[in-house]
Amino acid sequence: MSLVVVDACGANISSVLGALRRLGSEPVVTADASVIQSAERVILPGVGAAGNAMERLRNHGLVDVIPALTQPVLGICVGMQVLFSGSDEDNVDCLGVFDERLKKFAADPELPVPHMGWNKLKFLGAHPLLTGLSADSWCYFVHSYRADSFSGTIAESEYGKPFTAVVAKDNFTGVQFHPERSAETGACVLENFLNHCS
Amino acid sequence: MLAKRIIPCLDVREGKVVKGVQFRNHEIVGEIEALAERYSNEGADELVFYDISASPDGRSVSRDWVRRVSDLINIPFCVAGGIRSIADAESVLEKGADKISINSPALRDPSLIDRLVKRFGTQCVVVGIDSHHDGEQYSTWRNTGDETKASDSGRMTLDWIKEVQDRGAGEIVLNCMNQDGVRKGYDTKQLAAVRRIATVPVIASGGAGEIAHFTDVFKHCDVSGALAASVFHKSIVSIEELKKSLIDAGITIRPYTPGS
Repeated sequence: MSLVVVDACGANISSVLGALRRLGSEPVVTADASVIQSAERVILPGVGAAGNAMERLRNHGLVDVIPALTQPVLGICVGMQVLFSGSDEDNVDCLGVFDERLKKFAADPELPVPHMGWNKLKFLGAHPLLTGLSADSWCYFVHSYRADSFSGTIAESEYGKPFTAVVAKDNFTGVQFHPERSAETGACVLENFLNHCS
Repeated sequence: MLAKRIIPCLDVREGKVVKGVQFRNHEIVGEIEALAERYSNEGADELVFYDISASPDGRSVSRDWVRRVSDLINIPFCVAGGIRSIADAESVLEKGADKISINSPALRDPSLIDRLVKRFGTQCVVVGIDSHHDGEQYSTWRNTGDETKASDSGRMTLDWIKEVQDRGAGEIVLNCMNQDGVRKGYDTKQLAAVRRIATVPVIASGGAGEIAHFTDVFKHCDVSGALAASVFHKSIVSIEELKKSLIDAGITIRPYTPGS
């Protein structure tokens, strides 16, 4: 009965590990396919560029492994983005769990990019990952590429126009924001993933 | 809507939070973890730790406190000061800092920005700019942490901002030197001019003395965040009250939630 944090996207994962430990969880950190496959739950953190994250996943032999997982999976930030079909960042093909593609925020003098800071969630559907969140839930985002809201979007935020903040399909979930740095809201999302997602 | 950020800045020296008077006579004001936790609980949106241990003479210092802070708080934080290389940045980010901020080393070698961005991504590379008005124009100063070494870099502030953006910096902290520590308000004129040419988030720094100064800088300059030190350290402004006032003034702010 283990929680695995995938250490393969080139991300600094210590803040994610710290957040999980604050919740009393002691995750296994690995990039080993067999350990990931046998885990009860899998968290895929990521920061930086999508192309770099995909290259690292490829080098670890995980490109076919991750989309085939059947246990609950949570992608965080770029870890969420690589679950999409591709990204205009580095013009890269990604894992294809979700069909949509990531696009850059349009240049707009009113809206600096990266979209960096605290933004509010708007809930579009019920999901165990969102259990107990208040209507006034703020999360910390840092990203330059966004997914438009689509059928898999269960919560969105708005920056110029709405974009996907939380996504879910079958056993796969993803958050564009950083739950490990999103105060109580983020802790609640992580706790929900550990306790309510199945 | 993206909220405007309130960012307390803590000076760190040899693992303690210190307060100096004009960069001298540093006295210890508290433990890093205790103050980080306090500001986090009071509703700060982000913290900046300005590590003044290493800067002037090039020593590398222990930054084990970065990991302790990372494990303790659940809001983002940035480490500034003494980061001169990829290895310095890696050590701080690996310990859990969300961003690093560079200042004088970028003026000495602007390609450091490109290299940091390539290695770690735009989102975690902040460039701090110390801008000084000499009566006619704004120029960027270097080594401002040590008054015996501080000097004009010869770069016009707006030119430098364009360059650091082109090199991929993800955020700019503009410290308005003439206002720094005076607590008479942010340099809204300069910040508005900077905001007009900036394509990345701009954080205002230098001059906050009362709640109205924060309202002004958000209303008139549309900056992404406001950084302040002494008003928070001396409890002249409480973050809770500040946030309430800003919300009342119609500014988008992540509300303070009591007991959180």
